Amino acid sequence: MALSIEDIKKVAHLARIEVTDSDAAATLSKLTGILGLIEQMQAVDTSGIEPMSHSQDLNQRLREDVVTKINLRDEFQKNAPILGNGSTLPAVGDGLYLVPKVIE
Amino acid sequence: MINSSLKQLGDLLQTKKISSVELTQTFLNRIQQYNPSINAYIALDEARTIAQAKAADERIASGNAMPLTGVPFAQKDIFCAKGWQTTCGSKMLANFIAPYDAHVITQFDTAGAVNLGKTNMDEFAMGSSNETSYFGGVKNPWSFDRVPGGSSGGSAAAVAARLCAAATGTDTGGSIRQPASLCGFTGLKPTYGVVSRFGMIAFASSLDQAGPMAKSAEDCALMMNVMAGFDERDSTSLNREKEDYTRDLNKPLQGLKVGLPKEYFSEGLDTNVGKVIEAAIAEYKKLGAEIVDISLPNTGLSIPVYYVLAPAEASSNLSRYDGVRYGHRAAEYTDLMDMYNKSRAEGFGAEVKRRILIGTYVLSAGYYDAYYLKAQQIRRLIAQDFVEAFKQCDVIMGPAAPSTAFKAGEKVDDPVAMYLQDIYTISTNLAGLPGMSVPAGFAQSDDGVSLPVGLQIIGNYFDEARMLNVAHKYQQVTDWHERMPELVLPKEAK
Amino acid sequence: MEWEVVIGLETHTQLKTNTKIFSGASIKYGAEPNTQACEVSIALPGVLPVLNKEAVHCAIKFGLAINAHIAPRSVFARKNYFYPDLPKGYQISQFELPVVGKGAVTIQVPAVGKNAAYEKVVNITRAHLEEDAGKSVHGAVDDMSGIDLNRAGTPLLEIVTEPDMRSAAEAVAYAKKLHELVQWIGICDGNMQEGSFRCDVNVSVRQKGTEKLGTRREIKNLNSFKFMQQAIEYETRWQIETLEDGGTIQQATVLFNPDTGETRSMRSKEEANDYRYFPDPDLLPLVISEADKAAVKATMPELPEAMKARFEAHYALSAYDASALTTSRELAGYFVATADAGADAKQSANWIMGALAAKLNAADIGISESPINAQQLAQLLKRISDNTISNNAAKQVFEALWNAEGDVDGIIATKGLKQESDSGAIEAIIDEVLAANPAMVEEFKAGKEKAFNALVGQAMKASKGKANPAQVNELLKKKLS
Repeated sequence: MALSIEDIKKVAHLARIEVTDSDAAATLSKLTGILGLIEQMQAVDTSGIEPMSHSQDLNQRLREDVVTKINLRDEFQKNAPILGNGSTLPAVGDGLYLVPKVIE
Repeated sequence: MINSSLKQLGDLLQTKKISSVELTQTFLNRIQQYNPSINAYIALDEARTIAQAKAADERIASGNAMPLTGVPFAQKDIFCAKGWQTTCGSKMLANFIAPYDAHVITQFDTAGAVNLGKTNMDEFAMGSSNETSYFGGVKNPWSFDRVPGGSSGGSAAAVAARLCAAATGTDTGGSIRQPASLCGFTGLKPTYGVVSRFGMIAFASSLDQAGPMAKSAEDCALMMNVMAGFDERDSTSLNREKEDYTRDLNKPLQGLKVGLPKEYFSEGLDTNVGKVIEAAIAEYKKLGAEIVDISLPNTGLSIPVYYVLAPAEASSNLSRYDGVRYGHRAAEYTDLMDMYNKSRAEGFGAEVKRRILIGTYVLSAGYYDAYYLKAQQIRRLIAQDFVEAFKQCDVIMGPAAPSTAFKAGEKVDDPVAMYLQDIYTISTNLAGLPGMSVPAGFAQSDDGVSLPVGLQIIGNYFDEARMLNVAHKYQQVTDWHERMPELVLPKEAK
Repeated sequence: MEWEVVIGLETHTQLKTNTKIFSGASIKYGAEPNTQACEVSIALPGVLPVLNKEAVHCAIKFGLAINAHIAPRSVFARKNYFYPDLPKGYQISQFELPVVGKGAVTIQVPAVGKNAAYEKVVNITRAHLEEDAGKSVHGAVDDMSGIDLNRAGTPLLEIVTEPDMRSAAEAVAYAKKLHELVQWIGICDGNMQEGSFRCDVNVSVRQKGTEKLGTRREIKNLNSFKFMQQAIEYETRWQIETLEDGGTIQQATVLFNPDTGETRSMRSKEEANDYRYFPDPDLLPLVISEADKAAVKATMPELPEAMKARFEAHYALSAYDASALTTSRELAGYFVATADAGADAKQSANWIMGALAAKLNAADIGISESPINAQQLAQLLKRISDNTISNNAAKQVFEALWNAEGDVDGIIATKGLKQESDSGAIEAIIDEVLAANPAMVEEFKAGKEKAFNALVGQAMKASKGKANPAQVNELLKKKLS
């Protein structure tokens, strides 16, 4: 499956990573190499083989429904990013994390 | 002192022949001296470290010490450690101060160990040379123009250069064993689920596993006694009875069946490395081991499978780095979409972005079955190879890496060549099996430099104690693990 | 041309647990922003999910309640997309293997106009466990949106129906029934204002008699039954008009505006979503054994269907009454307590669904907060049936009980409401009335039935309403014959 510049841009958009046209061209050649490596898989007949998501065949453990967490908002918000666009303040206000306006 | 085993250090501390503060200061002094050139540590906090050493001395004085109380360790910067800068080798987290402790960190704290600092690593553990780190490459202490391997390159260099008593690492596709091979020390990746992943920054969740990086098998065993154990905060943590990993160290190896997979000795393996491995196998024969020829027919597929599954999981694991709650946010952006795109483009390095894109691609509509599902199916075939193999032998041996340490910059622009570094290590991650790398000698590089070679030992699930025994007995009759590089500092650093 | 509307619902039911689905953070409503957002809720590097047992039990309860297949093995998957209220950049949900499979809910569609009430079975496609997202708050800070992650990770059961409903009335009846059921089995508090029960409604239209489904539009986040009815009706009309005008329907997500009563398409997405679902490697398969199911079943109350049947058989109630009394456990419990305290079952049903329901509605309170308890109501009904008071007097006693003026017998005594049942006394009154109203007597004898009623009225009036009306009737007839 040959990869195109358009594929790179589409995937980069899905992954929310800005790529310039020159980035995309460089990325294309590298990813094409990696996909070439991956293509080896297609030669294997895997019909009827159960996919393996985990290395051990175990079941999910369940947690008791008991509150164990305390409010650490202030501690956590010390790591808030810098707001940007001219402001050097942390991107928090009134206990909320601040982002550019979300439009629905 | 810097060459002493963990057991010796523990004894010196508990008999009060040295204090933890003295021991810790010795390592801090070495770090001060050598780290500027080696770049093994990316976060140091002497005051915090010395405070821990003081507390350890008090604990020893009060008679409540545990075997590793007061011993200074280096921690890979993939583990969240409360109050410590925790970056995972990325610009994205360059200013992140962890507000909580990883399980591994808690275990070391509980044992009374001292944290010397956070070690350099490939960004988000994606790399085999430590060259993807935002904080710069790490020198291989055996040859400064070469890489230490990766992704646990900082821990590897710190152990090899004796900038710590021992270190932690993590291994998703070989990130403990390949650097252990390239830097000449002992490293163990345990069975998946033996060490909790809580607080360990995720790369590929179904493959990531933390383990010890130390001078000897005995040291690794002592560290496993600290690191292993059930943790209810990790759904994949195994609830098994606590075991003493030192219990079998001295068992004789008479009758041990060692499987040699033919796929690990075929093309791609450096001839000089192959000779070192053969010599090590000969040594095992002398120790009474029986050699069995086996086959792991799907070994070649482990790299393609890995480079589908690991990037797929990573692409999703790394979505949380969006510049909203912590981490890097672009300085200028026009709207939400622009903020996401720029923050992530700036915060991640080239290799991480490549893997996110590959992972996103293989999971996207129309490709899932051909790539992701197919890779999971072949993953099962790879795991079944080992099930068959372990019907014929007790442990599997082979090289840990196809070559000795390569020069910095040599493979950095060729991801596929870089990925082939992990050809012998990846399949154990896919199967969830434990694997080790043990110093087995030295091989000449093309330019005539003598560089360490690691022998890989792969065990069956939960066979860590036996593997440590197999490694330990070898280390009783060889001294490769005791060799230490002569650190030659560049002139300006002296 | 006759059109048919086809409706399917997806309901997000917030599960009644103490903590989040994958962490031990509280889910209490109304906390200060981000004070219930633990390290897992805000997706700090290195954190991991561990599944809440109670959330799983809630899912099992629901599966049992709708007689569904409960998956012995289900899998959590990641739904990947970027949104500021989704801290991990993916939502943990279930995709290919949900915990609850096919089941069914029987609904009662009320009579509308000339159409009679009827029952209908709505098939459930699946129900799966997932985590809720946080909230975006607008306007708190200039030109920015604020993100509150207290809700992030709250356990949800998303319940999906087949496109089985054919009118807004059916959709609302289903939603109400589901709303009653999830509260009945105790898995959801049902609080729609707080978003504990949110419906997405898929609406399409097609020509009656055709098989192929039309293109659907999804009305998002309806949190009241009234709005649901309005939204579906508007959307249906809009789709039919669009098609009749020669237009086509584009698949879309729409929002209902209660102020205008209209639906409008959300800002169109630039690309079709590609959620890249894959099994979450941080979570293992959820395995539910027969023993697990049995253990959960043992903790469950009798289900409304079973209770309804029991009410019909044991209390000889009509299907309508039995159904109405089993809309909530509190209501059913009140009825049982009233009847079991010795009141007539039919009378109990009438009073509970009549006078009491009207009062509760007017006061906007639930039956559990009723100032009149079941024992008091039973006592009141017993005083009617043992002829101590008349129905009319009972209404006064009921009012007094509501206003907490005392117990039944006390109120009857204080207000002097005891009815006269001494036939001698009543005869005396009747004699007086007959003597005072000869004209009426004449009219009655001339065949005017109305005059009889007037005489009864006079007698009741003369007794100040205390005479037993049945006795008055009987004695008057005797005297006039």
